[in-house]
Amino acid sequence: MAEPLILKALTISAGAVPVVSVSLTVAPGEITTLMGPSGSGKSSILAAITGTLPDGLSAAGEILLGTQNLATLPAWTRRIGILFQDDLLFPHLSVGGNLALGLAPGGTRAERRGRVERALAEVGLEGFTARDPATLSGGQKARVALMRVLLSKPRALLLDEPFGSLDAELRSQIRTLVFDHARTRGLPTLLVTHDPQDAEAAGGPVIRLR
Amino acid sequence: MTLSPSRLLLWLTVLLLGGPVLAGLIGVVAGAMGHVPGLQSVKPASEVWGAVWNWPGIGRSVAISFWTGLLAALISLVSATVIMAGWSGTRSFARFRLWLAPFLAVPHAAAAFGIAFLIAPSGWIARALSPWLTGWDRPPDLLILGDPLGLAMVLGLVVKELPFLLLMMIAALPQAKAAPSMAAVSALGYGRARGWLLAVFPAVYRQIRLPVYVVLAYSMSAVDAALILGPTTPPPLAIVILRWAADPDLSLRALASAGALVQLGLVLVALLLWRLAEIAAAQLGRSLAESGQRGGERGVEIAGAMLAAAAGKFLMVGLAILALWSVAGAWSFPAFFPETLTDRIWASHGVALLETSTTTLLLALAVVALALALALGSLEAKPSRRLLTALIYLPLIVPQVTFLPGLQAAFLKLGLGSGALPVGLMHLVFVLPYLLLVLADPFNALDLRYRTVASGLGLSPARQFLRLRLPLLLTPIAGAVAVGMAVSIGQYLPTLLAGGGRLPTLTTEALALAAGGDRRVIGAYGLAQAMAALAPFALALALPRIVWRNRRGMLHG
Amino acid sequence: MRLAYTLAAALAAPQASLAANPVDWPSVLSEARGQTVYWNAWGGSEATNAFIGWVGDRVEADYGVSLVHVKLSDTADAVSRVLAERAAGIDEGGAIDLIWINGANFAAMKSEGLLFGPFAESLPNWAFVDGEGKTLTTDFTVPTEGYESPWAMAQVVFMRETADLPDAPRSAAEILDWAAAHPGRFTYPQPPDFLGTTFLKQMLVDLTDDPAALSAAPESDAAYEAVTASLWVYLDALTPHLWRSGRAYPATGPAQLQLIYDNEIDLAISFSPGEATAAIANGLLPETVRTSVLDKGTIGNASFVAIPYNANAPAGAMVVADFLLSPEAQLRAQDPAILGYGTVLDMAKLPAADRAAFDALDLGIATLSPAELGAAQPEPHPDWMTRIAADWQRRYGAGL
Repeated sequence: MAEPLILKALTISAGAVPVVSVSLTVAPGEITTLMGPSGSGKSSILAAITGTLPDGLSAAGEILLGTQNLATLPAWTRRIGILFQDDLLFPHLSVGGNLALGLAPGGTRAERRGRVERALAEVGLEGFTARDPATLSGGQKARVALMRVLLSKPRALLLDEPFGSLDAELRSQIRTLVFDHARTRGLPTLLVTHDPQDAEAAGGPVIRLR
Repeated sequence: MTLSPSRLLLWLTVLLLGGPVLAGLIGVVAGAMGHVPGLQSVKPASEVWGAVWNWPGIGRSVAISFWTGLLAALISLVSATVIMAGWSGTRSFARFRLWLAPFLAVPHAAAAFGIAFLIAPSGWIARALSPWLTGWDRPPDLLILGDPLGLAMVLGLVVKELPFLLLMMIAALPQAKAAPSMAAVSALGYGRARGWLLAVFPAVYRQIRLPVYVVLAYSMSAVDAALILGPTTPPPLAIVILRWAADPDLSLRALASAGALVQLGLVLVALLLWRLAEIAAAQLGRSLAESGQRGGERGVEIAGAMLAAAAGKFLMVGLAILALWSVAGAWSFPAFFPETLTDRIWASHGVALLETSTTTLLLALAVVALALALALGSLEAKPSRRLLTALIYLPLIVPQVTFLPGLQAAFLKLGLGSGALPVGLMHLVFVLPYLLLVLADPFNALDLRYRTVASGLGLSPARQFLRLRLPLLLTPIAGAVAVGMAVSIGQYLPTLLAGGGRLPTLTTEALALAAGGDRRVIGAYGLAQAMAALAPFALALALPRIVWRNRRGMLHG
Repeated sequence: MRLAYTLAAALAAPQASLAANPVDWPSVLSEARGQTVYWNAWGGSEATNAFIGWVGDRVEADYGVSLVHVKLSDTADAVSRVLAERAAGIDEGGAIDLIWINGANFAAMKSEGLLFGPFAESLPNWAFVDGEGKTLTTDFTVPTEGYESPWAMAQVVFMRETADLPDAPRSAAEILDWAAAHPGRFTYPQPPDFLGTTFLKQMLVDLTDDPAALSAAPESDAAYEAVTASLWVYLDALTPHLWRSGRAYPATGPAQLQLIYDNEIDLAISFSPGEATAAIANGLLPETVRTSVLDKGTIGNASFVAIPYNANAPAGAMVVADFLLSPEAQLRAQDPAILGYGTVLDMAKLPAADRAAFDALDLGIATLSPAELGAAQPEPHPDWMTRIAADWQRRYGAGL
C-alpha cells in the first residue's frame, strides 16, 4: 500500500549555515515539482531523502514515508528510487544484469530472468537482455534506467532533472513514460527540474526555492 | 563511533605502515646511543659518534650519497619535464605511454646489471666499437663502473626514476587541466614545448611534488644501484651503513645505527634544499613567462625524443645483454656476439631458479593480496587527504636503511622469528603505499552517484563494494597488483634482514652473486628477476581486455 | 627434564650445550634423522655452491638430514643473525644451524659465547684428521678447542695468464716490478674482503724482517708500526700501478676470474690451489692460466664449520660436519673438476683403498702438486688483520 512522502521542515545546512529549508507532502501517485536556480539546494534535498548527503552538508527536520521516519534508516534500506540526468547504467553489467541488480532476493533464476525480460518488453526493448549498455542509444538507456529503478519496487520516486540530456522529441516521450509508470504504481514522486514544461506535464504542486 | 570493517582496515593500515617506521626509528636512535641489541656492553654515545666521524672516508661517502642523490633526482625530473613538454599530446607519445609501465616493472637490480654490462670497459658498447674504432684488443683501464663521482650509479638510478616520474606526470595531467591550458597558450602564440612548460608544468609539479621527494630520498639511500654501479673507495653512505651492520666486530652495530640517523638527516637536508630550489625555480619561471619570449620548440622536442629513446634503449638493451650472457659459452673481448652458445647455466641453475622464482612470486602474491584488502578497505573508509598522503609517503621517504635494522630487532623481540611472516610484513610496508597510490584516484573518481543509485536499488554497502566498486575498478586493481608484485619482487634489504637467509628471492640471490662477478650467472638471475616482475604487467594488460571484451564502457574507462 | 638439563648446562659452561651429546654418536644419528640443517655458507662461488648441493644429496640419502644452503655474501651476516637472536632471547630453535667460518668471525663468536660445543674432536671422522701436520686446532692462532670442525685446507697461490705473463713472480718485490712495467694488469679484492686482507697479510709476511712477531697479537702500537712499515711503503709504490690505478677493486676473489677472462688483468691471488683448474674446466678462465707460489712460501689455513649455541638442529649439523670429514667428501672437494680445495685428512690414517683414491686423483693442469705448494706459512694473529684492514681503509680505501 503506497504511502505519502512528507518533508517537515527539512533543512540542509553547510556547517552552521542553512542552505535551504522545505516542508511538503507528496501524495501517492502525485508528482510534486521543485524548481529553483542553481545552488538553491534542490539536489541536496533529494540527497537527504535518499540518505546520501555528501560530507560537509547536514540535514535537520523530518523525512517521513507515511508514519515511518526515514532519517534514522541507513540509505540502502529506505527503498527510495532515484533517476538522474545521466542514466548511470553500470558499464560492467549487461542490460539484463543492470535490471536484475534491483530485484528483491528470492525466486529461481528463471523467474528472475522472466521478470527482467517482462520489464524490458514493457518499454519496447525485447531481446536487449544481453546487450552491452554502451551500445544503446540515449533513449534506450533512459528506458532501461527507469525499469531498473522500478524493478526494485521503490516506495517513492525521486527525479533529479532526469530528462536534461535528451533531445526535445525524446524528452517528452520519456517524460510521459516515467510519469505514467509513477502514477500507475501510485508512487509519491518528487521532481527537480529547470524546465517549466516538465512541471506542467507533472501536473502536481510546484514549489519554488530561492 | 561504529567500527565498520572498512574503518577497521583503515586503522590496521595505519598500524602496519606507521608502526614499523616508528619502531625502526626508535631502534635506530637507541642504537646510536650505544644500546645495541645483543651486545653485552653499552658504548657511550660520544664514542659511537666519534667513531663515525673518524671513519676513513666518511666525509666523502656522505658527500657521494648527497651529490648523487640530488643529481639523479634532478636529471630524472628535468628529463621527464623535457619529454613531456616536447612530446605530450602527440600520437607517438600515446604509443610511448604503453611502454612506461613495463619499464617501471623491471627491478632496480636487473636494470643496474644490464647497464653495468653495457657501459663497462669490457662491456657491450666497448665491444661494439672495438677494435675498428678504438683500436682496443683488450679492455681499456677506464674507471667507468664505480667512478668516483658516482655517475654510473646516477645513470642506473635515472633509468628507473625517469619512467616513474613520467607516469606520475601523466597521471597528474587531468587535474592540472592540461588540455584546456594548452589550448589557451597555443592561442597566445606559444609553441607546444614552451607553452607546456609555462602553463601546465607548474600545476603538474604541485601534484608530483611528493613523488619527486620519494625519488630524491630513494636516490640518496638506494643500495642496489650502489652495490652494482657505485664507487667503492669509498662507497656511498648506505653501503657503509650496511657494512657496519655486517662487520664481525659487533660493536660496529652502534655505528650502523648512528649512520642510519645521518642518512635520515641527509635526506631531510636535501629535501630542504630542494624546497628552496623550487621557490627559486618558480621565480625564474614567472619572469620567463612575463618576458613573453616564444620559440625554442624544435630543440626541446628533439631533446625530449632523444631522452625518451635513450632511457628506453638503455633498459631494453641492458636486458638483452643479460639474456645473451646467460647463454654465452666462450665470449672473449672484443667479440660482439658470443663465440659459442650454451645452455650450461640454465641447465645447472634451472631447478634453483625455478624454486627461487616460485618463492619470490608466492611471497609477492601473498603480500599483494593482503595489501589489496587493506588498501581497498582503507579507501572505502574515506580517509582524509592528509592521512592518505601520510600513509603513502612516510614509508617511502624515510630511507629503508634507516629503519629496517631497528624493525628487524623489534620483530625478533616480538618472537616473529625469521622467515616468510616477518619478510612479508616488511614487504607490506613498501607495497601498500604503492597500492594506495595507484588506487586512490580511480577509487575516488568513481561517480558518487553510482552509490546513490545502488543504495536506492537496495544494495548494502558490502554488496555495493563486491558487485559494483570492485568490478568497476578491475583495470586499476590489475595495474595495482602488477605494481605491487614488482615492488615486492625487487625488495632487497627487507628480505635480507628479516629472512634470516631462509627466504632466498631472485633479488637477494642476484645481488649475492653480483659480488662473484660471474656474468653468465648474473645474467640468468637478472633476467629471471626482470621476467618475474614483468609477467604480472602482461597479465594486468591482458586481463581487462578479456574480461570486458563485451563491455565497451569498461575498456575506455 | 630437558629444560632442567639445558639450564644446568647453561649455568655450568659459557657455551650452552644442548641435549645432543656428540660423544653418544648413535643418539646423534637418530636425533638427526628428519632434521633440516640450515648451513649458512658463502655463496659467491658456483663451484662451492654445487659442492654443498652434493653434500646435501648425500646426507639426505645416508642420514635423512635435509641440508639447506643459505647463501651469504659475507659470513658476518650470520654472526649478526645469531647475535640479534640472542638479543631477542631466542636461545633455542635459531635460524642458523651451521656456519662456514674461520678467523675473526670465529674469534668473535667464541668470545661472545655464541657457539655450540665442544663437538669437533668427538666426531667419528676426526680419527682421519691430520691434527699434527696441519694447523687445525688453532684458527688464526686462536685455539679452536673443538668449537669448530675443519673441512678444507686452503693455501694462497697466484694465478697468472701465461700468454701475457709467462714467468711467475716469486716475491713481493717481483710483483711490484712487473706491475710497474705493466700498469693496470694486477689487482686484489678490496679489503675487508677475506681474500683482499689475505693479500695484504701475504705481502707483509713476505716483506717483513720479523715474521715471528706475527704469531701473537701486536705488543704495542710502536711494535705494530715497526712491523707493518714495510707493507705500507710497498703498497704506496704498488697502488698507482694497479688495475684502475687503485681507485676501484674487484669485490671478491671470484670476481677476479671474470677480469682475467676479459683480459683486463693478468695476475690475481687465490686461496684455493685448485680454483684455477676448476675455473678452466667450467669455461670461466682461459686454458693458458697457471698457478704459482712465492719463494718464501705462502699462507695457508683451514676452513671450518661451527654450530651456533641456539641452533635448531645441532645433531643434524654435527652429522653434516662429520660427513664433510669423510674421505668421500674430502676426495670430491679436492677434485679440481669439482672444487680443488686441499684436504684436512692425514693420508697415513686412511684405509688403503681411500688412500689409493687420493693418490690417483689428477690434480689438473693449473694445480700445483703438494710438493710444489710447499709448506704453508701460518696465519698471523687476527688482531694484525683487523688493524691492517682498518689502516688500508684509511690509506687506500677512502678516496685517493
